[in-house]
Amino acid sequence: MTATGIGAPVRRKEDFRFITGAGRYVDDINRPGQAYAYFLRSPHAHATINKIDTTEAMKSPGVVAIFTGADIEADKVGGLICGWAIFNKDGSPMRAGAHPALAIGKVRYVGDHVAVVIADTLAQARDAAEKIDVDYGVLSAAADVTTARKAGAPTIHDVAPDNQVYDWHLGDKAATDAAFAAAKHVTKLDIVNNRLVPNPMEPRAAVGEYDIGSDSLTLYTTSQNPHVARLVLSAFIGLAPENKFRVIAPDVGGGFGSKIFIYAEETVCVWAARKVRRAVKWTSDRTEAFLSDAHGRDHVTHAELATDANGKITAVRVSTKANMGAYLSTFASSVPTYLYAPLLSGQYNIPAIYAEVEAVYTNTAPVDAYRGAGRPEATYVIERLVEVAARELNVDPAEFRRRNFVTAFPHQTPVIMAYDAGDYDASLTKAQQMHDVAGFAARKAASASKGKLRGLGYSAYIEACGIAPSAAVGSLGAGVGLWESAEVRVNPIGTVEILTGSHSHGQGHETTFAQLVSGRLGIPIENVSIVHGDTDKVQMGMGTYGSRSGAVGMSAIVKALDKIEAKAKKVAAHVLEAAEGDIEFKNGKFTVKGTDKEADFGSIALQAYIAHKFNGQELEPGLKESAFWDPTNFTFPAGVHICELEIDPATGVVTIDRWTAVDDFGNVINPMIVEGQVHGGIAQGVGQALFEGAVYDSDGQLITASFMDYTMPRAQDLPSYNVGMTITACPSNPLGIKGCGEAGAIASPPAVINAITNALGHENITMPATPEKVWKAAQASAQKMAAE
Amino acid sequence: MAKVSMTVNGKPVTADIDPRTLLVQFIREHLHLTGTHVGCDTSQCGACTVHMDGVAVKSCTTLAVTADGANITTIEGLAHGAQLHPMQEAFRENHGLQCGFCTPGMIMSAVDIVNRKGANLDEHTIRHELEGNICRCTGYHNIVKAIGDGARAMGAQKHAAE
Repeated sequence: MTATGIGAPVRRKEDFRFITGAGRYVDDINRPGQAYAYFLRSPHAHATINKIDTTEAMKSPGVVAIFTGADIEADKVGGLICGWAIFNKDGSPMRAGAHPALAIGKVRYVGDHVAVVIADTLAQARDAAEKIDVDYGVLSAAADVTTARKAGAPTIHDVAPDNQVYDWHLGDKAATDAAFAAAKHVTKLDIVNNRLVPNPMEPRAAVGEYDIGSDSLTLYTTSQNPHVARLVLSAFIGLAPENKFRVIAPDVGGGFGSKIFIYAEETVCVWAARKVRRAVKWTSDRTEAFLSDAHGRDHVTHAELATDANGKITAVRVSTKANMGAYLSTFASSVPTYLYAPLLSGQYNIPAIYAEVEAVYTNTAPVDAYRGAGRPEATYVIERLVEVAARELNVDPAEFRRRNFVTAFPHQTPVIMAYDAGDYDASLTKAQQMHDVAGFAARKAASASKGKLRGLGYSAYIEACGIAPSAAVGSLGAGVGLWESAEVRVNPIGTVEILTGSHSHGQGHETTFAQLVSGRLGIPIENVSIVHGDTDKVQMGMGTYGSRSGAVGMSAIVKALDKIEAKAKKVAAHVLEAAEGDIEFKNGKFTVKGTDKEADFGSIALQAYIAHKFNGQELEPGLKESAFWDPTNFTFPAGVHICELEIDPATGVVTIDRWTAVDDFGNVINPMIVEGQVHGGIAQGVGQALFEGAVYDSDGQLITASFMDYTMPRAQDLPSYNVGMTITACPSNPLGIKGCGEAGAIASPPAVINAITNALGHENITMPATPEKVWKAAQASAQKMAAE
Repeated sequence: MAKVSMTVNGKPVTADIDPRTLLVQFIREHLHLTGTHVGCDTSQCGACTVHMDGVAVKSCTTLAVTADGANITTIEGLAHGAQLHPMQEAFRENHGLQCGFCTPGMIMSAVDIVNRKGANLDEHTIRHELEGNICRCTGYHNIVKAIGDGARAMGAQKHAAE
């Protein structure tokens, strides 16, 4: 390991600009003559739009234009799309309702887009919007899946009169039912996976621009995947052909999934820029973000786990209702299906699994991928089931898990996935040691002496990352391939630019990707620049989500570096006057086997461009290579988290006392950055377990639409974390990387709830376990204990 | 329109502004100092934190006219030329940031905490004092470490200066 190569905790190259205020986010970008967009949003969850009168608003000072859905439709611009086709049990396709960027005829959730006002200033646009007269015909609303599926519920989309988007299943139902019939013991749980609002600290923003001379569009956008945005806006929505369309995602202030999607506001800004012949800027405020960013989770599940006489799991059966919101967002359909049910085997050897998922339209904001996307929901199901089963069987929960762990690899689960490598027992054992589980009983007694309830909860999670082999996801309904691309440009003096389709919005790619290149080429890390986030610079890319940038994005760079090394060796053979087969490359130097002849990387780069020492007809001058990497399998990060907490039964306040995480992410490029990803993931998962919940009332009004109503985890709500690692290299990519971005958010919710239920002595608590709920549950525990 | 004059990062500025202009809009849109961010509009997240006459304020809920005559420091004014402020150094060294969006506000709040509470800060104090700053990336672990280290470095610098 070199000081800046793979495995070193290199301090981040990108940090200087962020700590000095020199970062450049979309809202920091202003274009000459720009106008401002303000979206008039529906105050009703469900209503027909009978008439929109903009006469008075158009007279308001500074107004440039006001557009409605009819204007976009008249331009023959398409609606927003869902890019993953899911098929029902009977083979028929899912029912996707039209999703116009600005509403046509009807609004379907509070925050839905009714009109856009474009004015010289934002204040003028807001003032004018107040003067738009909309005649709504208010309809009854269905704000949750149960209401939406009742007979007589209001129909949200005509294509789905009963509000069912799809009725999907996975697994062998007959084998699973047979295993349950033969079971010694069956554990049953009803589970709610609470709806969350992603809330990256940077709200979404867009600047659309039209260049008359070249008849081309530019969109500056807060995106995790600018090339996917261009593809969708170009090929499906039809704003402009790709060669006339540039999408730039500069510094992006966190995404967590919510900035994958192609939304109405960004689409309208760039469309309107051409209409008004001015740059058009929109920046979301926080309440708009609550109303219109895609939310996460929102499942209602009944789950069962069967065990035999030896305490071995024989089957799992799951029935889930997934709230999709009012429209299908970009990848929404895949989240409660292929990103969910294939993970229900957890870390366990389970012979039979059957899952059925009903996706439902409601009059709420669209729901799509949020950090973990389907995998946290699956992990919550299996890790709650396993914990409760162990308690019912009077087996130590850790031992119950051990007894059922997958121990031989590769392991084919009954739900698609083939786990390639892992050592689950190693992670559990290390976590128990680091945590001092042995000392828990004494700590619990000490808490009890102070009148406090102490609990310890495990979560042994697995996820499928490195998303994903293109042909495999294509066979499951994906509309795109999920490879990644890279280009390595070596300059004549040996500095290197890496152009990557991955996008960094907090993950530190400018550092970790440079570490890979610095180590591989033996050049200083300062000589490596990472270029990303601009479709005019980077030819193609699929972007960053699903913990894929290391496993997929860096693998593409490795493949391109392989080509660079092969080409440079040919140049070196000419320069060093040796046979190509005798050239070796190590630590930044080309040497000739058996001689003391050598040349460093920079000098060979220069020779490649000078092209004096070889015949330019036989060997092309220059040193630039590109590659696409298509994964051969998903990757399977896994690990064990242990949460230990104390409950004050007098107030219901939960205090997390210690947190231990031992994760197997395969090989690690930068341990400092990886640990940071774990910390952040845990905080989001603890947020889900204890604090966060998006709440709609029965009329479909979002009553948690600001940071004053929706509890974001703050520093004083969280502990410091004890983070360790075990490593089994991933066999399906050249770096042996599994991915680390989502693990914390996937692992942590069941660890918290398992600890709370352990402390309470009963299972009757739902997320978020707010002080009110915990207080009530603690009172119930006290009454139960008194009765016993 | 209203006329405001203030000193921002050591430079006097005067402007005629719409009276409803917020201090953060004045800083970002009139002075083009875009290091100060808006994360929530309701004084909850602290991404907009600047110093007004040496005290941390949330510039998203401060009218620019109320800063008339004040001395404002933003994240851009914290370093001395090429030399970073010890709190900036501590955030980099401790990986106290990921996406960077909350970072300017975090650093401005952290300096304010040290100004109020001194250079020897325990973890509990730091976590409690960060009540007004939200980070969605780091889980706070490394921010808390960074502020502890940055505080000690500020203390050492002050000691050396005395």
